[in-house]
Amino acid sequence: MRRRCWRAKTWPGSTWVISGMSIIPARYADSFSELRDRYRALGDRPGAIGLWALIIALFVWAAVFQTQLFVVGIIVGSILALGAMGLTLVYGILKFGNFAHGDTMMLGSYIAYILLTGTVVGRQANIDTDIGISLEQFPGATTGIGDLSFGYGLLIAIALAGLAMALISIALDRVVYRRLRQRKSGIVIFAIASLGIAFSTRALMLIIWGPDPRRYVSGIHYAKHYPFDVVLKTDQIFIFFVAFGLAVALYVLLFHMKLGKAMRAMADNADLALVSGINTDRIIVWTWAIGGALMAVAGALLAVQASLKPDLGFGLILPLFAAAILGGLGKPHGAFIGAMVVGVTQEVSIEFISAGYKPAVAFMILVLILLLRPRGLFGSTN
Amino acid sequence: MRAGKLITPLTLVVVTAFVILIPMERSGWVISLDRGVIPFLAAFLTTVAIFAILALALNVQWGYTGVFNFGVAAFFMVGAYTAAIFVKGPPEEGSSLRYVGGFGEALSPPILDSEQWLPFVIAALAAGAVSGLLALALSLPTLRLREDYLAITTIGVAELLRRIVIQEDGLVNGSRSLVGIPKPLSGYFSSDTERFVDLAVMAVLVMIVFLIVERGIRSPWGRVLRALKEDEVAAAASGKNVFSFKMQGFVIGAVIMGMGGAFFAFNRGAVGPTTFDHFFATFMIWAMLMVGGSGNNWGAIAGAYVVWGFWTTTLQINGYDLPDVLQSRIFYIRDFVVGSLIVIVLLLRPQGLFPEERRVSIWLDHRMRRGPRPADDATAEAET
Repeated sequence: MRRRCWRAKTWPGSTWVISGMSIIPARYADSFSELRDRYRALGDRPGAIGLWALIIALFVWAAVFQTQLFVVGIIVGSILALGAMGLTLVYGILKFGNFAHGDTMMLGSYIAYILLTGTVVGRQANIDTDIGISLEQFPGATTGIGDLSFGYGLLIAIALAGLAMALISIALDRVVYRRLRQRKSGIVIFAIASLGIAFSTRALMLIIWGPDPRRYVSGIHYAKHYPFDVVLKTDQIFIFFVAFGLAVALYVLLFHMKLGKAMRAMADNADLALVSGINTDRIIVWTWAIGGALMAVAGALLAVQASLKPDLGFGLILPLFAAAILGGLGKPHGAFIGAMVVGVTQEVSIEFISAGYKPAVAFMILVLILLLRPRGLFGSTN
Repeated sequence: MRAGKLITPLTLVVVTAFVILIPMERSGWVISLDRGVIPFLAAFLTTVAIFAILALALNVQWGYTGVFNFGVAAFFMVGAYTAAIFVKGPPEEGSSLRYVGGFGEALSPPILDSEQWLPFVIAALAAGAVSGLLALALSLPTLRLREDYLAITTIGVAELLRRIVIQEDGLVNGSRSLVGIPKPLSGYFSSDTERFVDLAVMAVLVMIVFLIVERGIRSPWGRVLRALKEDEVAAAASGKNVFSFKMQGFVIGAVIMGMGGAFFAFNRGAVGPTTFDHFFATFMIWAMLMVGGSGNNWGAIAGAYVVWGFWTTTLQINGYDLPDVLQSRIFYIRDFVVGSLIVIVLLLRPQGLFPEERRVSIWLDHRMRRGPRPADDATAEAET
């Protein structure tokens, strides 16, 4: 369908047409609007192709010219991916942005810490005490497995922390979010509640473990050299494989199992899922369980890569949301790719701008994606 | 039902009792104008007034327009720093204090003691203008998107601006705080009476902001904003330009927030990036509004009073000989309580202390008071 155009005689012998944004001679007007219609008929393919091309270009360029930073970026990205997949999963099912995700991620890593070392801040600030029982007491629990800096104690601690965070997430849903759902509160109310939970979680961590950074394993662990001048710790390779393994597991769950199918159905249309006989309450519980377990593992891996600090949690919000929105909110596989993009861009950026701006890089990605393609890579149009 | 009605007066009474009695006990029950509880209360209420202005601004954005601003810190900070560089003199050579601007002396022509007030008025207006422009720039790309996209964008802007302040330390002295911001009217009063003058000035300013917001919301313009908050589609179907009205609400709120930031800077005399973190500068304001009751201007003020009252009371309690376990953690416990408070309010009393008024219309208020006009009766009779 051709749009109505405004025609005017401005020059003897030729008619000019104002069409959309441009003024063109009339004899081209028809072919121009035809071109435009054809472009529109492509739907969002140009946008999607452009975005993918940009991402691939970034990855190839970074891998070739900044190999070391690229590899570190992939590792940071895999930590972010675990968090972002949980975030996007919860978003898909419950339709609200969980601003507490970063802080509960840190809580997960602290739970792993207390299980491993049994350390809390004692009576006075800055003086630690032991709660008397910890995984470290098992024989050989802290001797490194192979080249890794930690032993099986940490692996057990992470697994138990995943379980604990799953239970805590379900409990939080029961106490807070379910009541808000029953009251049919808007997404904004959910967001404010989650922000409240975020800050109380951070305060709780400060109460129990104090503001100083902590580590799972003390001592220095040397990095190894790999081809292409890449220097990596074995721990970092471990992080990547754990994240990748969990992403694959989540993919299998979502696309090849009945529970995943129900979750996707509910993400698409909760009412339709309900009348099709899907127990939506059960799906919500499972969603929180999976999201909670993922966030605990993500937090623990973050602490393996760097250190634990209560303040880190809220700063994670921006990269996590950037990754989730870039991938298309509600799409875990999108969040995985988005997290890699955010991780690599953040790391590579320190070549060009001060490292203090790292959190701002995630924000820039977020703003660009919101401006150019708010639905992200895999998001649906509505 | 009756218990529900008691909550509001009870909360106010308890907070007032704590705010008066604990400082009184701490200062040994001295009642005098230059020490003890009275100067404390003056300073306390001045701060409450500043936060009340910020809460009123957030009420315009969220309570009335339904614009979801999670980056109050950004506008607060921009306002405070803008005001600071407007009233300070130019940076001195060789001083460790580095900042841009410093228009204070240029803005005070030597008439009518203008250096005592003129730069401050201009600085507050400039703070509002810069903050409003920031809101305008933000609203263009994000206001059309879903609400939570605006939320995460505003969080990001607040974080980005704070990063810039810390990183670019030639801009506003980086993480070392911009100190030595002059006080308005400081030449006229001694430091003892100054507190009370500050309080009086801030009380008048809160009153002005309150009246402007209240008048605005009771106008047809305000009713459009409320309609938007309730149902955007319905408002659009009634021929209202949703985007434009939302932008107006957002920008006007941001202007007031920027001015609140300016008053904060004048009051404190120093501003630093640690003040404007997400917890203190964003979440506290949200807690004030949600506790007081969003959509009600009295609620915004009462919320500022209650939350700030709790905040300072914990400071006072810290002076007592508490067990070590509590003493070393009192600030974290305070953060925890404020964080949980908002969740508890949302769950148990979502309307806050002062529920939103259902009818906000001067026109309708007049109509109800006078009763139906005779003309209406005539038409009603004619119809029947």
